[in-house]
Amino acid sequence: MERRNNIWANLDWFSILLYLILIFMGWINIYAAVYNEEHSSILDMTQRYGKQLIWIGAALIIGLTIIIIDSKFYVFSAYGFYAITILLLIAVLLVGTKVKGATSWFQLGGIAIQPAEFVKFTTALALAKYLSSYNFKMHRFQSLLVIGIILLLPVLLIFLQNDTGSALVISVFILVLFREGLSGFVLFLAFVSALIFILTLVLSPLHTIFTLSIGALLFHYFMRQKLSESLKAFAIYASLSAVFLLGGHIFKLEQPQVKLLLLSTFISSLIFAVYALRKRLYNLLIVLALYFGLVLMTFSVDYVFNNVLQPHQQGRINELLGISSDPTGVGWNVNQSKIAIGSGGFSGKGFLKGTQTKFDFVPEQSTDFIFCTVGEEWGFIGTTTVIMLFLFLLLRLIYLAERQRSTFSRVYGYSVACILFFHLVINVGMTIGLAPVIGIPLPFFSYGGSSLWSFTILLFIFLRLDASRAEKLSH
Amino acid sequence: MDNFAKRKYLLAAIFILVALIYTVRLFRLQVLDNNYKQYATRNVLRRVITYPARGLIYDRNGELLVYNKASYDLLVTPRELSAFDTTSFCRILDIDKAELVENLHKAKKYSSYKPSVIIKQLSPENYAVLQEKIFRFPGFFVQARTLREYPQRTAAHALGYVGEVDRAKIEQDPYYTQGDYIGVTGLEKAYEEELRGQKGVNFQLVDVHNRIKGSYREGRSDTVAILGKNLTSTLDADLQAYTEYLMQNKKGSVVAIEPATGEVLTFLSAPTYDPSLLVGRSRGANFLKLNKDTLEPIENRAIRAAYPPGSTFKLINALIGLEEETITPLTTFSCSGRGSRPIRCTHDHYSPIGLRDAIRESCNPYFWHAFNSIIRKYPKADQGYNVWRDHLLTFGLGQRLGTELSNELSGNIPQDSYYNYYYGQNGWNALTVRSMAIGQGELLITPFQLANLAATIANRGYFITPHLVKSVWSTKDDPQDIEFERHETSISPEHFEVVIDGMQAVVEESGVRYYSKLDSITICGKTGTVQNPHGSDHSVFIAFAPKENPKIAISVYVENGVWGSRYAAPIASLIIEKYLNDSIAPRRIPTEERMRDANLLNPIQPK
Repeated sequence: MERRNNIWANLDWFSILLYLILIFMGWINIYAAVYNEEHSSILDMTQRYGKQLIWIGAALIIGLTIIIIDSKFYVFSAYGFYAITILLLIAVLLVGTKVKGATSWFQLGGIAIQPAEFVKFTTALALAKYLSSYNFKMHRFQSLLVIGIILLLPVLLIFLQNDTGSALVISVFILVLFREGLSGFVLFLAFVSALIFILTLVLSPLHTIFTLSIGALLFHYFMRQKLSESLKAFAIYASLSAVFLLGGHIFKLEQPQVKLLLLSTFISSLIFAVYALRKRLYNLLIVLALYFGLVLMTFSVDYVFNNVLQPHQQGRINELLGISSDPTGVGWNVNQSKIAIGSGGFSGKGFLKGTQTKFDFVPEQSTDFIFCTVGEEWGFIGTTTVIMLFLFLLLRLIYLAERQRSTFSRVYGYSVACILFFHLVINVGMTIGLAPVIGIPLPFFSYGGSSLWSFTILLFIFLRLDASRAEKLSH
Repeated sequence: MDNFAKRKYLLAAIFILVALIYTVRLFRLQVLDNNYKQYATRNVLRRVITYPARGLIYDRNGELLVYNKASYDLLVTPRELSAFDTTSFCRILDIDKAELVENLHKAKKYSSYKPSVIIKQLSPENYAVLQEKIFRFPGFFVQARTLREYPQRTAAHALGYVGEVDRAKIEQDPYYTQGDYIGVTGLEKAYEEELRGQKGVNFQLVDVHNRIKGSYREGRSDTVAILGKNLTSTLDADLQAYTEYLMQNKKGSVVAIEPATGEVLTFLSAPTYDPSLLVGRSRGANFLKLNKDTLEPIENRAIRAAYPPGSTFKLINALIGLEEETITPLTTFSCSGRGSRPIRCTHDHYSPIGLRDAIRESCNPYFWHAFNSIIRKYPKADQGYNVWRDHLLTFGLGQRLGTELSNELSGNIPQDSYYNYYYGQNGWNALTVRSMAIGQGELLITPFQLANLAATIANRGYFITPHLVKSVWSTKDDPQDIEFERHETSISPEHFEVVIDGMQAVVEESGVRYYSKLDSITICGKTGTVQNPHGSDHSVFIAFAPKENPKIAISVYVENGVWGSRYAAPIASLIIEKYLNDSIAPRRIPTEERMRDANLLNPIQPK
């Protein structure tokens, strides 16, 4: 008894309070989004708010169960859970139901279950387990390989289901790894890659290569502090580019300028590489490799964009980056979503008074675009309240994670925070036109049993771990 | 605890930074930018226009001339279209597949969310079939409109027609929007504001599928459509129909006026056309066809054709001479028949001749002398001419009479400056403009003005602006009569008697009597023959009847009718007889048939 009391006392009630508030607000907004006069009873089970009430009840029972179970169970079964969800992901590919182009649902009676939702917490458990294993060192080939497998396996399987959104969530683990010691360079590289992707699409590969070259030269100068060397490099690159581009023009080579520039860059880099080798400037060689890698990436962005991405994905990215605008086609969702949120004004139109969400101008208004209802009916006050509540929860989770004694709990805690963060950024971002339209739910808000339960499990396992942080969990 | 603990700050910073960026973005979106509120309103508010029925037009006896029949426009919301059986769709609607595809394409180009009209004015038959099957064609819906219908199929030029409003009008008058109907000509145009009523607007909240979700502000911004007002026209439908019956296969014009009120009883420009041709989907094609017709049925000759008045004009010269006291009823002038100078006479009669008989004989020399005496009464020709001209103007000549119909021509009574320009100051005299004496030359008068002249003489010196509408009303008990101005001429009433006696003599004593004299009613008239360089001369006749308390004054122009007495006079007499007696006397039936059967479309007619 003593120990049980201890657990309840040690639970972080502040997080639980935030969780309850968010769930309640979510439900209110689902009610508003699908409200109609004929079905105004909150217990009407034919309506989504009625059903969501059941999901919430079930979620609370799940949360309670998780807290009652011994925390060692989660540590012990981490790999087991992971394996189960991976198997489920494979199974869903074979026998799953296709909903909106994605084969990611199991239809069990009246309930649809989406294994991809649950793979988030099992991946977090598996990663935590691996990172907390005895004598783990981040920067070893074997470690990186295992981490890579743990993360990429679910990504691959979810991609195969054609559920790009859920697959992208796994990418947020890079932040967790960073906290656990992954070189900041990787984070930097990821950032630069994203930047290049955007630059290439917004400007053109040609401009991006020029920008990169100038960036590399500046970088070289600050690193080496030798102006003459930088100028020589500049001379080589500039003259060769000019020769190739002009030559292509004069001799009327039927080659795109980008290809000519790529070739000139390759040759200049080769010259510079020989120079660096002879002078034994190995750092320079790394910079050079990096530079050329990024140039190659620039070249491939177009290819990936045109050949790998599906047309609707291309459209959404074009829309986001302002490359093309089609408010009645691809851009409809975002445009209408912005209208709904923007029309809310400072204090909103009032509960059940929203017109844009209620009259179906915003699609998916009870699931992916639930934030529009918040924005329209509760205004700026409502949207900032939601964002602040999430921010409090995220910061609280970082605080909780940092106070863990075990690496397992800390890694898991950070995973929870980062997963929630990614969902928040993408979901809210897409409704206000700051992120591409990726169909992932807003945690605790969006309608749906699977997502509510998976976020509840995700959070409550951590709260359970935190409640017994004084115990030694492993090793 | 570990080496990377400080990285928690970077992660927390990223979280806070993103939250901050989003907050700023939301602030801009929700608080600073007001556009989104307008977009939102535009999204959900649909102005649903309710079109009131256009007012009806009745004739003076309460017979319906114009009413409305239902018609249906087919609209489409392209976004809601799904694949459908175009072949059966086209069969139901009786349209061309290529036309449908093209219209759908246009609609999509306009907006995929907003409905646009794809087929205008479906027939009730097509609509009935479509209505049963429209559920098979999602995205399509039908909007009821009204079209004009003409039970009598007469008076096309007076009534005018209704068409779709053009861009210039939309820009000028905010009442109209694309696709609205508006009166284009005739009374439809003149009384557009009364007839159209007032469109109503219902603001409705609609969802993304254009389904109505409720009213906006509980209907406080809505306005109710107000029905168009009805017109009671001055036209007599039976008389109009009879006139058209007589004037078939002829070019020309007939205008009959009730002298005491200025009410137009008959208004015909021949050849006329069936007004129901200019209604509905075939309007464009029919208009083109009518417009290309060399007989120019579209042209409104009654107010748009100006002819020299011919001998009918001699009546005015007589009246002016009497008023100017240069002649008296007893004044005689000698006539040398065909040897007369400067204008020869076309009739054989005794000489010297007095005014009454000169009118009967239409004696050119007499009216030359009368005209000459007026001009020469003043020391200079242009002074005399201006006095003479001022008298003419009080008859409403040389200017628009100001009836409701637009595009009325003013005719032409040349100013003295015109002659000064050609002949120089003092370079001309009565002799120079002698053709004025007998209604030829530069004089131009419309049939409408000429009818008004007959009415003015019938009234012994005044006229009321001739008009086509008696009253405007919403309910029969509360008609709103329209007042028109009374105009006095410069001629004293007593001078009219001798002229009217002359007119009576025209009908009862001259050759006109054979086909135009009635047994029971005294008609006073004057023939005219208008010289026509392009073919046979035009036949003109003005008249009024009965002599005392005249009920009808009329002008008849029959192009290429050769002599005034040959066609214009008998036709006028038949119309008068029909109007006053309600039937044609048996002995005059052959005349009626001869008039009806005469085909004068060939400009060359035997003398």
